[in-house]
Amino acid sequence: MQPFVSHTGIVSPLDRANVDTDQIIPKQFLKRIERTGFGQFLFFDWRFLADGTLNPEFELNRPVVNGASVLLARRNFGCGSSREHAPWALADYGFKVVIAPTFADIFFNNCFQNGMLPIRLAEEDVDELFRRARTAEASGQPYRLRVDLPACVVTDDAGFSRSFSVDPFRKRCLLEGLDDIGLSLQHVDKIAAWEADHAVPAGA
Amino acid sequence: MSSTPRTLLDKIWDAHVVCTPSGELPILYIDRHLVHEVTSAQAFEGLRLAGRRVRRPEKTFATPDHNIPTTDRRLPIADPISKQQIDTLRNNCREFGVRLFDLGDADQGIVHVIGPELGITQPGMTIVCGDSHTATHGAMGALAFGIGTSEVEHVLATQTLRQAKPKSLELRVEGELHAGVTAKDLVLYLIGRLSTEGGTGHVIEYTGPCIRRLGMEERMTVCNMSIEAGARAGMIAPDQVTFDYLRGRDYAPRDFDRAVAEWERFPGDPGAVFDRVEIFQGGDVVPQVTWGTNPAQVVGIDATVPDPTAFRDPNERDSGSRALDYMGLAGGTKIVDIPLDRVFIGSCTNSRIEDLRAAANVVRGYRVAPTVHAMVVPGSGRVKRQAEQEGLDRVFRDAGFEWREAGCSMCLGMNPDTLEPGQRCASTSNRNFEGRQGKGGRTHLVSPAMAAAAAVTGHFTDIRHWLYR
Repeated sequence: MQPFVSHTGIVSPLDRANVDTDQIIPKQFLKRIERTGFGQFLFFDWRFLADGTLNPEFELNRPVVNGASVLLARRNFGCGSSREHAPWALADYGFKVVIAPTFADIFFNNCFQNGMLPIRLAEEDVDELFRRARTAEASGQPYRLRVDLPACVVTDDAGFSRSFSVDPFRKRCLLEGLDDIGLSLQHVDKIAAWEADHAVPAGA
Repeated sequence: MSSTPRTLLDKIWDAHVVCTPSGELPILYIDRHLVHEVTSAQAFEGLRLAGRRVRRPEKTFATPDHNIPTTDRRLPIADPISKQQIDTLRNNCREFGVRLFDLGDADQGIVHVIGPELGITQPGMTIVCGDSHTATHGAMGALAFGIGTSEVEHVLATQTLRQAKPKSLELRVEGELHAGVTAKDLVLYLIGRLSTEGGTGHVIEYTGPCIRRLGMEERMTVCNMSIEAGARAGMIAPDQVTFDYLRGRDYAPRDFDRAVAEWERFPGDPGAVFDRVEIFQGGDVVPQVTWGTNPAQVVGIDATVPDPTAFRDPNERDSGSRALDYMGLAGGTKIVDIPLDRVFIGSCTNSRIEDLRAAANVVRGYRVAPTVHAMVVPGSGRVKRQAEQEGLDRVFRDAGFEWREAGCSMCLGMNPDTLEPGQRCASTSNRNFEGRQGKGGRTHLVSPAMAAAAAVTGHFTDIRHWLYR
């Protein structure tokens, strides 16, 4: 996994709550057996019109957020289905960071597995970021945020600065790009010992 | 040893922590790993690339369910990409030595239906699956939750998972349900009260006399939808109902009485403290119908579609208005005045034999309304055969329902069973998200009895006043 240390990028606001993983990547794209190539289907039913052209009304399709890598979202982002295709699609599209007041649990865990950082900020801070993004965009400029994972802080260049918390183990895995499975297999003796203690007699 | 009273969650958790390496998340042992075709291919491929094996193939069980056709199984799968995904599951199970309940196997079915039905699911176990409705298995007093594909790979390789311990939420339901009100109505009601994120970070334990009165399959319906309130899992302490259900099942312990003696230690101790407690009255629940595009957007059958502009919370106001726009509904419309095009009875929430009996009882002696296309998709091959032995298939067919083979089907429409844009469906499934059952499709979640009544009348109908024939 690619390490994640710090990141600066354009913010793409998605101003709606309870965005479920069925919207992030609709079911017709879950039949692929690869981990890659899902970005083209991200938010498919919102991003594209019936004739296959980009929907100009959808927030992510605005030219000002072209090349965005920080998704700014509302409450309960990533709810519903456990499909890891959702973070695969977001990451493949180019997102490195998702900021929201709250996330659904499975989606939140899945992000870390893919080198993508989900950041929980207080609702009023997220409101402030939406305001700042809108103001910048109104003057034709994209809004940028900088995320510093070692310091656990999000900043812009106009005085916004908020710290966030992240589980220390998840943080280390991201910073060092560690493989979870490799780490767990270092404890294979303990796993084997647990199994020996809990062995059910044959036929039971 | 601590003598602090412990909850069901505490006991299962404590019994499965292998170790907590310094500065890391606990390593939790997994007793049962359930696998289906949609979320496993990349995990097996990861094992292959790293030269790893499945650590405990005998604790891993697979079945194709999401993607499969529910029409004639003797025909080849028409969609080449679906076929490839199912073939991939077959090849992976063969290569890694995993038991596969394949298409054509008498025990194939929806993974969350066959696990309990075969006795693979047992009290006190940790159970995972790359599927958010894994909470279903919590009905047997297990800690069961959905995981992503990277975690599926972790479990395959290590038979463990890295997990922070979730918080505990007791949902106590006092009293009892009125006649005509089902477990589905109860869980929809609870989700409506909690919101879609009210359970986030928590494992729900459902307690109280109303829950104790529920049969095993009803308990599965309740636990199944815990994720729709955002919860990591839902569980119900094992009791005589659980033990009676499990006895004699294929994978149940041979020394069953000894197993029961073990399982009886799992229910929470008196005085065990939950992180949070919410109390509800079973008698307050009426048959429920969702009006929006998440399962918390729900009202009683005797209500009207709400006017979201009156909601206080700005997120809910926005989300409610978008939902009505998508659903093609106006605030103030009576629920019973909403007409339907389709009816779907099935899914891991409501496709078990008792669900089919409840629906068949409503339908018996009636015809499906000419404006409605209705189908029944049993949850497993066993459920289907049982229903056919009881003649339920005849009741459905005579009324004009389609009677299908087992699978997830139109719950998520990965197979050819989908809604057309604009079609409105009464569905016994678990999610009414935009496009869930087909792009532009409009889903209303209800109980099997309510779905059956709607199929007959062509619009939502209060099952409490149904004239059974």
